Amino acid sequence: MEMVKNSAGRMVPVEVNGEKHTPFMGVGKYKPTGAKAKPPIRTCADYPEDGNKIKANLREALESAGLKDGMTISTHHHLRNGDVLTNYLFDVIHEMGVKGIRWFPSASFPCHEHLIQYLDDGTIHHIEGSMNGPLGRYTTEGKMSGLGILRSHGGRYQSVQDGEVHIDIAVIAAPTADTFGNATGDRGPTACGLLGFALADSEYADRVIVVTDNLVPFPCIPWQIQGNNVDYVVEIDSLGDPSKIVSGTTQVTKSPDRLLIAEYVADFIEAAGIMKDGFSLQAGAGGTNLAFALFLKEKMKKAGVKARFMRGGSTQYLVQMLEEGLTEYILDGQTFDLEGVRSMRENANHVNTSPFTSYNYHGKGNFASMIDAVVLGATEVDVNFNANVVTHSDGYLLHGIGGWQNCLFSKCTILAIPSFRDRIPVIVDEVTTITGPGELVDVIITERGIAINPKRTDLLEAVKDSDLPIKTIEEIRDEVHSICGKPELPVVDKSKPVAVIKWVDGTIIDTVFKVVK
Amino acid sequence: METKTFSAGKRGDKVRSDCYIELSPAPSGIDIELKSKVSAMYGKTLKTQLQSLCDYFELKNVKVYLEDFGALQPTIAARFEQAVKQMFPETKKEYLPEFHPENLYGTTKDKLRRSRLYLPGNEPKFYPNAGLHKPDGVILDLEDSVAPTEKVSARFLVRNTLRAINFYKAERMVRINQLPMGLEDLNFIVPHNVNVILIPKVESADQIKQVEEKVLELKKKHNLENEVYFMPIIESALGVMKAYEIATASKYNCSLAIGLEDYTADLGTQRTDEGKESIFARSTLINAAKAAGIQPIDTVYSDVSNMEGLRESVIEAKSLGFEGKGCIHPRQIKVIHEAIAPEEKEIEKAKKIVLAFDEATAKGLGVVSLGSKMIDAPVVKRAQNTIKLAILNNLLSENWKELN
Repeated sequence: MEMVKNSAGRMVPVEVNGEKHTPFMGVGKYKPTGAKAKPPIRTCADYPEDGNKIKANLREALESAGLKDGMTISTHHHLRNGDVLTNYLFDVIHEMGVKGIRWFPSASFPCHEHLIQYLDDGTIHHIEGSMNGPLGRYTTEGKMSGLGILRSHGGRYQSVQDGEVHIDIAVIAAPTADTFGNATGDRGPTACGLLGFALADSEYADRVIVVTDNLVPFPCIPWQIQGNNVDYVVEIDSLGDPSKIVSGTTQVTKSPDRLLIAEYVADFIEAAGIMKDGFSLQAGAGGTNLAFALFLKEKMKKAGVKARFMRGGSTQYLVQMLEEGLTEYILDGQTFDLEGVRSMRENANHVNTSPFTSYNYHGKGNFASMIDAVVLGATEVDVNFNANVVTHSDGYLLHGIGGWQNCLFSKCTILAIPSFRDRIPVIVDEVTTITGPGELVDVIITERGIAINPKRTDLLEAVKDSDLPIKTIEEIRDEVHSICGKPELPVVDKSKPVAVIKWVDGTIIDTVFKVVK
Repeated sequence: METKTFSAGKRGDKVRSDCYIELSPAPSGIDIELKSKVSAMYGKTLKTQLQSLCDYFELKNVKVYLEDFGALQPTIAARFEQAVKQMFPETKKEYLPEFHPENLYGTTKDKLRRSRLYLPGNEPKFYPNAGLHKPDGVILDLEDSVAPTEKVSARFLVRNTLRAINFYKAERMVRINQLPMGLEDLNFIVPHNVNVILIPKVESADQIKQVEEKVLELKKKHNLENEVYFMPIIESALGVMKAYEIATASKYNCSLAIGLEDYTADLGTQRTDEGKESIFARSTLINAAKAAGIQPIDTVYSDVSNMEGLRESVIEAKSLGFEGKGCIHPRQIKVIHEAIAPEEKEIEKAKKIVLAFDEATAKGLGVVSLGSKMIDAPVVKRAQNTIKLAILNNLLSENWKELN
């Protein structure tokens, strides 16, 4: 396979699954503009006048959609680890004897281990999305027929708009829908919150099938997915396991070490002067990120500071800030807990926004780069501030990118991470897989100290008189080595790529190779 | 015939940062089998370590099986040594990890001991980060938090931890077992730069003297320079009655602590939030400690989720005369330090006294006066202490005199 070195210094293939791809050229260097993909143009004359698009079952809908070998099928991940529909979908495709499918999920979860049998028997050729848990293990051991492609949420939308991925059939799990195909995720027995990540699928796929376990008479209000984009509607017994779809409450970490990191994050945001009237913030839903919000809240109260907006994923902790008047708005892309769902229903200042206001490289501007600070995690960060979220230090692919890459464009990108986990260094000489280039990572906050990217002389200057434990990233790495020992590099077969990692613009930033046991 | 195996350490789904080692006789040579969560990063390192441990203990024909959950090297060495000593009980050799270069510091008798964090003596996952939470002292506990069956394994682990794990300048403390077992514990800690030994359930001056004697003997034998101080813990009615005798039993006593769980059990009563049942014991202990010129230290606050309760309990302890409190969770440390910290009024007054003292010293005056008032030496000392506390709690800049 022909490989070239990209501008991040990584060897990447020029052709993936028989299609040409561009190597990463640097942040903001590659601009894939111009109209390349178009939504399918239909006529209502071909659709039932009574608006009833019901098909008896999923098989009939797939047959009507013209399912055949080698097609691209997309699904969304809003049912998270409680997703039953996707597994059922591939049971049906397998029964129909169709082969060589490109599965294009917006993310996968451990529950999709069920699909390994269909990767084995050729029903699924390869996955483009995320390969989590068991699927990641399977991919990294070189068992998948094609190469996996991992994209951020924004990158997925970009790949559809660029015509890089043409979706033949989109199957949209809808916790509530009507027979016309209007659909919502915020209610019904398997409610999941928003359906925002299925937007491109509903607009650009040749055929769109909405599958629901809660069919209501027209109109389904609200409609997050517009029925005018939908070809068929199928009713099934259950989309998934509600207990695994949305957590009732998100929990702040109890780990004293994680709390220490969270405290440093809040201290840093204050000391660096980011916490001031009218500021904005985004945080992920990990336990450390939730905890930092609690510490920051106390500081804001004490200083009498109010934020203009917080970008969600919302949780009960952001909702508390909104209700206590510490932020004017929550601009939400997805809700992580039931308090988030309630607040969005009740509070007009808790606004449902498309995630692609922040995440889409093809937008005319991007919320993400307007946010004063974002707090994220990572599996590894290296001394050049390059960060990894997809593989572990043993070379195994275990996580998707989600919106992580897209969020790096914030004015101050903070990674809040332990310096090591059970002898596994997180601060390393060189990340196993580059998911985010170091030039976009500003601050690393660990329990052993805070490292600021030397490029950010402004931040270094802002905190130089504070009590914060500011260190160089090399100092933190050396300390980790002195505790854990210097790690060996994972043994991988550099002649056998198993997956590629896309940057937000569609170029390939890195390659995952087969792990040698 | 079934092969006899000798094992040490822990295994199971919940085990983290620890390992399980099994040794058994092998027909010829060393046979190492590894099952590690970190084999991709440390496979070779682990093999090398096990091989060098085999060499050190002169094992010739043995099968080594390691099940590893991300244990650090000092932990692996401790578990290995324990297994070796089961297989060959006559082994006298000790495998001592290198001292971490930061671990050689000593302490002083009057160092601040506001917080001391208890760490169970057989749980290695807590050690590397304990000092990051900035307690005044870290206690590796060989007593109550270690099950009777784990006492031996805790000794090897605590010894290796004292040498190899950095506690970031926190005072290095060990709570030994009740005597006589505690005397045997001393062999595992005194040669490894322990700063303070906590002696539990003390009821007589003689117990302190026994510890002192053994410590001095070990210090001489190993040619140790750093002082080793004692913190006797009084946990019974008899101990309370003997408090002063205990407090003055050794010049190495730096503090006197109270343990209320055992004390209230001894009284046949319950521990309450209000604490009326222990007021006599606490006051007696404070008085004995102050009379002996050492620090009175309060018991632990055991509800780790109730930070407000902890804060109130520290304020109450401080008002009685206690100078420190025990912690069983790192999040308690900051709360304790904040609650013990002097108030602004106290700091202002202390600043004036210290400045007056400096001025008097500079002028060579024997008497310190502030306005028309004469200031006694203990008042100066208390003011200096207040300033020290204020600086430690970030309430006062270190160079406050220049800023003044």
